[in-house]
Amino acid sequence: MTLETYQTNGFYDELFAEDGAPHPSASPLIERLNALSRNELKRRQKLAENILYQSGNTFNVYGDKKGAEKILPFDIIPRMVSHADWTRLERGIRQRIMALNLFIDDIYNDQKIIRDGIIPAEMIFSSACYLKPCEGLQPPKGIWTHISGTDFVRDGSGEFFVLEDNLRCPSGISYVLENRAVLKSILPDAFHTMKVRPVSDYGDHLYRMLNYIAPEAAKDAPHGPNIIVLTPGIYNSAYFEHAYLAQQMGVPLAQGSDLLVEDDVVYMQTTEGLQRVDVIYRRIDDEFLDPLVFKPESLLGVPGLMGTYRKGNVALANAPGTGIADDKAIYAYVPRIIKYYLGEEALANNVPTYICEEKSDRDYVLEHLDELVVKAVNLSGGYGMLIGPKSTRAEQQVFADLIRAKPRDYIAQPTLSLSRCPTLIGNAIEGRHVDFRPYSLYGENIFTLPGGLTRVALKKGSLVVNSSQGGGSKDTWVLEDDGVLEDEAGQ
Amino acid sequence: MLSRVANSLYWMARYLERADNVARFIDVNSHLTLDLALPDDSQQWHPLISASGDDEDFYSRYKAADERSVVRFLTFDAQNPNSILSSIYRARENARTVREVIPVEMWEKINALYHLTQAHSRKRSVADLQDYYKEVRQSGHLLTGLMYNTMSREQGWQFAHIGQMLERADKTARLLDVKYFLLSPRHHAADTAYDAVQWGAVLKSVHALEMYRQQYHSINYRDVTAFLLFSHAFPRSVLFCLHEAARDLDALDHAATTPNRARAEMAILIRTIETSSASHIIASGLHEFIDLVQANLNLVDEAVELSFFKT
Repeated sequence: MTLETYQTNGFYDELFAEDGAPHPSASPLIERLNALSRNELKRRQKLAENILYQSGNTFNVYGDKKGAEKILPFDIIPRMVSHADWTRLERGIRQRIMALNLFIDDIYNDQKIIRDGIIPAEMIFSSACYLKPCEGLQPPKGIWTHISGTDFVRDGSGEFFVLEDNLRCPSGISYVLENRAVLKSILPDAFHTMKVRPVSDYGDHLYRMLNYIAPEAAKDAPHGPNIIVLTPGIYNSAYFEHAYLAQQMGVPLAQGSDLLVEDDVVYMQTTEGLQRVDVIYRRIDDEFLDPLVFKPESLLGVPGLMGTYRKGNVALANAPGTGIADDKAIYAYVPRIIKYYLGEEALANNVPTYICEEKSDRDYVLEHLDELVVKAVNLSGGYGMLIGPKSTRAEQQVFADLIRAKPRDYIAQPTLSLSRCPTLIGNAIEGRHVDFRPYSLYGENIFTLPGGLTRVALKKGSLVVNSSQGGGSKDTWVLEDDGVLEDEAGQ
Repeated sequence: MLSRVANSLYWMARYLERADNVARFIDVNSHLTLDLALPDDSQQWHPLISASGDDEDFYSRYKAADERSVVRFLTFDAQNPNSILSSIYRARENARTVREVIPVEMWEKINALYHLTQAHSRKRSVADLQDYYKEVRQSGHLLTGLMYNTMSREQGWQFAHIGQMLERADKTARLLDVKYFLLSPRHHAADTAYDAVQWGAVLKSVHALEMYRQQYHSINYRDVTAFLLFSHAFPRSVLFCLHEAARDLDALDHAATTPNRARAEMAILIRTIETSSASHIIASGLHEFIDLVQANLNLVDEAVELSFFKT
């Protein structure tokens, strides 16, 4: 009887309605959780943590003694997305990704959207994410963002809002797959009663997409195209994920030092000599890809890679330069971008956003700092943020000065009352704020994996869900139809 | 297969085998101490240090080769690159860089072994560590089993297997060397009851006692030497390991980017051993012979590196 005293405290809750009853699709899960004693629930939580620890899905804790490793905190109470909500989200994501791809392609080629006055030129060219070496690039099939992760939050009314489009090297998908694998062994009975859509075929979808963008000549080769995952190496915090994805697809995991370019062809150094590489799912940032074009001192990438790419001899996922479309200031223009390229209204809501670069917006922001969330456009992970209602006068003053000095670097949004989800905290189950990141693949068509990363702010009242700020994660159940197995519903 | 990955697989397997063998060394030595009743502890423990050629490193940090210091040095000393802790740490680092090509269970077991080692690393005496050594040895069996039962017999397996076999040959040779020095000529006349007990313990430390008995029935150092060096049937004998590694090197022949020097070096080493006999070796110096074997093993190792990992 663990959830009977659960309080939503006036927040929109992912599992419970306002009146304290579970959302209909969540009730089989709640029943099962309630059937477990508190100790049993804690025992299973511990078991889950242990599985994750033993699987080595850990990161090193900086400043701690050698060998201190931690897992990303994981909470065993899953979050759910109903069939109806998912269908809406999926359509919104698909529309967004199509429009953003057309936008990136336009920005690095014709720049019609600037000439037509939809976006001011200085918004683009002053962005740290605009990469001059990408001008004139024509990626295979015109696709730039092959893998993306769209961040959503839910407000007090239960409405979903897009918070960010992550179009560069979004990470976290390995947690989605691992969390699901763990939860299946921890709460198998709950899966037996509910129609949860599977996520385990992500690797197949990813492989098929990468295969689709390979140079045509490579597709005719007897063994098909040579596809690899490119990682910065074992000291990168997402290394586990890089290895995991390579393993899921059964392709080599390479480092920059394993690769070289000769006569505009990328090769990897194997025990049998040089072997041609056709597609690279690269998990290193744009500026490290090729020291001849970007940072000359970087050792992570491959000299000559960009020239090879430009010639169409190798495909990169994602294409370099996509960051321009997930710049936090450009984000404010996305509804206009969708309208411009597709002639449609945006299906997924943006959070209303004030662009400090624009004078009227800036004046409003400076007057309402105590109500708004201010974000530095070039920082992520919860850094460079002011959460107005929780800030002191002095902190507001600091941000006011920052904004006046470099308005282009800041945006502001109203504070949303983020939805919460029941979470096991010590001996109790309490509501904690969550966000949601589904992952999409753009190949022959746009596929969104029915699931995603739900991050949870474990600190009481905190709105920041990033792992670097003490956040954890939950398994996310996207439900089929009404979400309940027929025989169960009939009882 | 990426050269870097092949290299990591080779070393992952070598380090795992090394940790396993060091655990065996310590274990058998502690049991021998009980039987031998030597006046000075260090007579018993010091040879373990010299066997790996680590005298200088050891005495720069420890005063005497007593049980406590030697156990510390060989088990948990992070500064000793050959300690169990260092070996497991490096095995894990190598495994981590090749996670995508090894079976998940294998990675998980190596990871668990690493965490187990961390957990025990504050303990000091052999008595406290019996369970730990046992766990290390059993993990060795389990990991070898995983390798044999779950890896495709392709390059990844071949490189890992070569690493394992070369390390095992090296360690069996060292064990024989140390024990021969310690047991036979100095303290007791050969072929006494003591001799049988002690050489029995040596055989036990490489799980060879039962198999040895089936072939030779009674224990004496000449036959033990012959068995551990020459047996074509016992999987930890030096010659057996070398034949195994040679077979993999043959299979990899097409892959070598330069002429397969490793294969040639291996052929020389095998011929050297096969054209010798136990009585001849003992008469002219077992230690010298084992030195020669180890020098040749190093040549094979270098040749593997040159033929496959350097591009």
